Amino acid sequence: MSEKPKLIDENGLRHDGRKPDQLRPIRIEVGVLSNANGSAIVEYGNTKVIAAVYGPRELHPRHLALPDRAVIRCRYHMAPFSTEERKSPAPSRREIELSKVIREALEPVIFTELYPRATIDIFIEVLQADGGTRTAGVTAAALAVADAGIPMRDLVAAVAVGKVEGVIVLDVDELEDKYGEADMPVAMMPAFNEVTLLQLNGVLTPTEFKKALELAAEGIQEIYKLQREALRKKYIEVGVEE
Amino acid sequence: MPKVYVKNRELVLPGDLLAEGDIEVTSFLIYKHASKYYSTIIGLVNVENDRKVGIIPLEAPYVPKVGDIVIGLIVDLGITNWLVDIRAPYTAILNASDALNKPFNPIQDDLRNYYDVGDYIVAKIQTFDRIHNPTLTTKGKGLGKITSGKVIEIEPSRTPRVIGKKKSMLNVLTGETGCEVIVGANGRIWIQCTNEDLEEILILAIKKIEQEAHTTGLTDKIRNFIEEEKKKRGLS
Repeated sequence: MSEKPKLIDENGLRHDGRKPDQLRPIRIEVGVLSNANGSAIVEYGNTKVIAAVYGPRELHPRHLALPDRAVIRCRYHMAPFSTEERKSPAPSRREIELSKVIREALEPVIFTELYPRATIDIFIEVLQADGGTRTAGVTAAALAVADAGIPMRDLVAAVAVGKVEGVIVLDVDELEDKYGEADMPVAMMPAFNEVTLLQLNGVLTPTEFKKALELAAEGIQEIYKLQREALRKKYIEVGVEE
Repeated sequence: MPKVYVKNRELVLPGDLLAEGDIEVTSFLIYKHASKYYSTIIGLVNVENDRKVGIIPLEAPYVPKVGDIVIGLIVDLGITNWLVDIRAPYTAILNASDALNKPFNPIQDDLRNYYDVGDYIVAKIQTFDRIHNPTLTTKGKGLGKITSGKVIEIEPSRTPRVIGKKKSMLNVLTGETGCEVIVGANGRIWIQCTNEDLEEILILAIKKIEQEAHTTGLTDKIRNFIEEEKKKRGLS
């Protein structure tokens, strides 16, 4: 393992020049795939994730269908070229787990009871990984579901917070995750202020945890604004043409 | 005290607060939580007299409704029924007894003599509920197999704009081009024209409606569009 780099400089700035409570530059675009019912691409700095939603559609094999609501199937996958070392395209233990937690982060917002016996398939493909891929994945998937026209209570936005050299920071990237003390991905329903995903890797004191969660909530509100802008843009651009 | 927070024809997104208090809601796409009403979808709101709130979705999958006229594609044959793709989350069933005007005997007769795999049909949704797949009927005026013309597909949520208020848009489309048009509620549209140029113009016009479904004054825009295209091709 290489030596630990300096993550916070004497001015209190992070290794990429960000302030502790600053997000990476975010780019969001909705409706990027024509074959999917809904799609979105989300970039958090160098992290790049695309999400596609198919359905509601018929579920095969039939015995998996639920009589009272739709099944949500979610696949989080990292492209072999997304990391520094080639990643085997076979789903790893980590990817299977992330597929599950992302599905559970989206389940509470989707009105699955409107489509009994059907399925909603969500595919999340990481094109470029630089930390925070699961949170970018949740942000993209929520937009793709909305773009597919599936009724939902609210959007979901996500961001990771962490502790680096004793400082609570927002939007942890790969380097900070690797050498930092803690990493905590959080997903929330921004309009209702409810948490749908929370994981913590590392150690935080109760006060640090509270501070980190507040910081995440602020970051999520910022991302939420960008999500809304991206969704509106798809329609307003056509409207201006008049 | 009822309160409406949105303007008429405003673009709303999932989770947007629409109204509060004693409000009449005209759409199942509005979700009530603690006496507040929220949007669940990307759509345009309809506000009437500050009391009535509804949503017209801009994106929505097709969900069958009893009585809808749809254009279906035969995908499979059973012993006495056809399976029909109607672009919904559920495959539709067309029973021989709902298609033919005589009793059907599978020993003497073959379903392929009537509709074969790959045929398009105009059909009506006869029954549909949460437990059963939709069933269709082709008995009735204007229903049955499509033997000529073309079928084009658009987003199902945009079909109301292709028809328009009191069929205004549909009248423009048929009147200006002289083509026959049947709009299926599932976003499939059957057209038949006398002339290839007119057919092309009609398809372009329908695609334009699909793309600009959320804008206002669309009917006049489409009328001008068709006239211009006709001039370009020297048809008028």
